[in-house]
Amino acid sequence: MAQLTCLHVSLGYEGKTVVSDLNFSVNAGDYLCVVGENGSGKSTLIKTLLNLVQPVGGRILTGDGLKQNEIGYLPQQTAIQRDFPASVREVVLSGCLNRCGSRPFYGREEKKLAQDNMEKMSVASLSGRCYRELSGGQQQRVLLARALCAARKMLLLDEPVSGLDPKAACEMYELIKRLNHDDGITVIMISHDVASAVKYAGHILHIGGRAFFFGTAEDYAKSRAGRTFAFAERSGEA
Amino acid sequence: MTELFYKLALYLEYPFVRYAMIVGVLIALCSSLLGVTLVLKRFSFIGDGLSHVAFGAMAVATVLKLSDNMLLILPVTVACAVLLLRTGQKAKIKGDAAVAMISVGALAVGYLLMNVFATSANITGDVCSTLFGSTSILTLTQTEVFLCIGMSVLVIGVFILMYNRIFAITFDEEFAAATGTRTRLYNLLLAVIIAVIIVLAMNLVGSLLISALVIFPALSAMRVFKGFRPVILCSGAVSVVSAALGILVSILAGTPVGSTIVALDILVFGAFCLAERIIGGLQK
Repeated sequence: MAQLTCLHVSLGYEGKTVVSDLNFSVNAGDYLCVVGENGSGKSTLIKTLLNLVQPVGGRILTGDGLKQNEIGYLPQQTAIQRDFPASVREVVLSGCLNRCGSRPFYGREEKKLAQDNMEKMSVASLSGRCYRELSGGQQQRVLLARALCAARKMLLLDEPVSGLDPKAACEMYELIKRLNHDDGITVIMISHDVASAVKYAGHILHIGGRAFFFGTAEDYAKSRAGRTFAFAERSGEA
Repeated sequence: MTELFYKLALYLEYPFVRYAMIVGVLIALCSSLLGVTLVLKRFSFIGDGLSHVAFGAMAVATVLKLSDNMLLILPVTVACAVLLLRTGQKAKIKGDAAVAMISVGALAVGYLLMNVFATSANITGDVCSTLFGSTSILTLTQTEVFLCIGMSVLVIGVFILMYNRIFAITFDEEFAAATGTRTRLYNLLLAVIIAVIIVLAMNLVGSLLISALVIFPALSAMRVFKGFRPVILCSGAVSVVSAALGILVSILAGTPVGSTIVALDILVFGAFCLAERIIGGLQK
């Protein structure tokens, strides 16, 4: 059974529907990229999958032993975080909160998990540093380490490379690829960068407007939606 | 100098001075602990807004001639705190505007009621002491002191137990909610605690200066420290020291208690800004 299945899902908020009749499924170990224009409902989709927003219609099923609080999440950075006094260790550790249950404090197990994930994201050497003083790429790696503390099976990433320079963005993509490939974590990622999406992802979901596509990345590159969108991106950048 | 100490020792013999000391330090500690979260959540002015609400409620309670003003003030303030923090994200009227609206509205209505249904001859004096807290901290009864100690212990206890969750919902509420933390519950608890502290603090510095108790220690600590826990600890320490010193100075020099404490807080803030510059300079 698939880890996550969307059946005739309509997305929106405050009664306004942004996307309707969405059908797709994600299996364990998949790497899915969600693309589409601004305002097409990509972020709403992620928030709906995370149960932060209720779907307007349809059903979202989780299966394969995936529980709601086992989905890790890498949100877009908020204004508050930019001047927040917190050490890297404190930020990463806060990802372990859903393992504590009703315990008020972190135990040895959570601290070890945080340490392991910091090492995995190579930010262990920064653990005492202040989060706001790090570079954009380092901050994203710290948030990814935090997401890994919360996730056991699935990661949802909301534009993980936005605001990063090309080198840091490339490192970020490689890191996500390793997590998917080596650790078998299912990845669902929102991206603006169609070229990288096609390069790294196994499946593509294109939403918004009349264009809808769900299938493998190879098929997407050949499809009409993919070609027009990639072309528009390229000419937009030029 | 020795004369000064004699004078101090003499004053400390009086129970009302000791009461003021205990209550002042506890309230300063509680408000500074939560101040860090409030400043970071962009709710610096909630202290001001809620204290005006408390003032309005107090005016209503006085007009209604209730035997115990707290019975009305506390529930009304808690309700407003919940309303303000809950609507923070999605409301039609955004956080700062909502706080400003409630704050000014409650102040105006409170003053209006006090004037229309005057219960004492000296309205200006009453209003002034409510707003600036002039002497009420020196007229505390033993019951009030015990009440204050109980509430403070409760607030500090809840804060310590919730510390990790407070960090999570302050740093990234969306992530916390997505990974299964009950953010609504904790926001609600936070709102209740804040309202309790503000009602308590009205006795000490009056409604107008409560914001200072909430904001200054937190901002001072954030100048120098970079981690969440160090900032909280430093903020608490700064606040306790300024409150204790402020009360002593105000007794010796005969200045108003609330404004003296705030003046000290401002001095500390200046000192910490300077320290930040010096540390920054040394690191380069």
